[in-house]
Amino acid sequence: MAKRKFLTLLGFVTGMFAGGVLYRRSTSRRRERLDLYFDDGSMVSFVEGSPEAERLLPVARDVIAAARR
Amino acid sequence: MDAAQALADLTEISSQIEAAVLFDDKGAVAGSTLADAGAADAFARSAAKLLEDAEAFRSSDAAVSQLEASTQEGSVFVVRDGARLIAATTGPAPTVGLVFYDLKGCLRGAADPVKPAPKPRTRRKKEPVDGEA
Repeated sequence: MAKRKFLTLLGFVTGMFAGGVLYRRSTSRRRERLDLYFDDGSMVSFVEGSPEAERLLPVARDVIAAARR
Repeated sequence: MDAAQALADLTEISSQIEAAVLFDDKGAVAGSTLADAGAADAFARSAAKLLEDAEAFRSSDAAVSQLEASTQEGSVFVVRDGARLIAATTGPAPTVGLVFYDLKGCLRGAADPVKPAPKPRTRRKKEPVDGEA
């Protein structure tokens, strides 16, 4: 009886955890960013909110719009 | 392989790529997956502008060889190999490494000159040696 109760509780907790992870994944918004790779092998990433990304991301949106027109 | 064949191969192997355009550093379009030539020109022009604007943020003498811009609407990829460039768009959250790999392959494929088929070799008939039947 105690074993059955334990398994039920374990299943409930596991389900809650999996549900929480799925909910967080589905509702979290991906951050926009721009990654530049240089010919010397270096790389720099500009995330949204940075002045570089604020200038370049609108141009990237224009490229997507031009490709989908 | 010509640009059209390279792009056809690209869209066949990479289901993530929505549109792609091959062009040079002067903006001349060599090939595109878009049906309309005007749309291909606009696509190449805007991708070239993105790369040009990105160059302003380099910190050393190294030039930008490739870039990926990830937005909510999708991603933009631009890869440069000397004077030749390729730009492509995908949906959101693509497999970045795979897309870059496929684009570089396409760029290389489009640059390869078409090799003429080798001539079939003809064998000389053995001349019968004196005394042989």
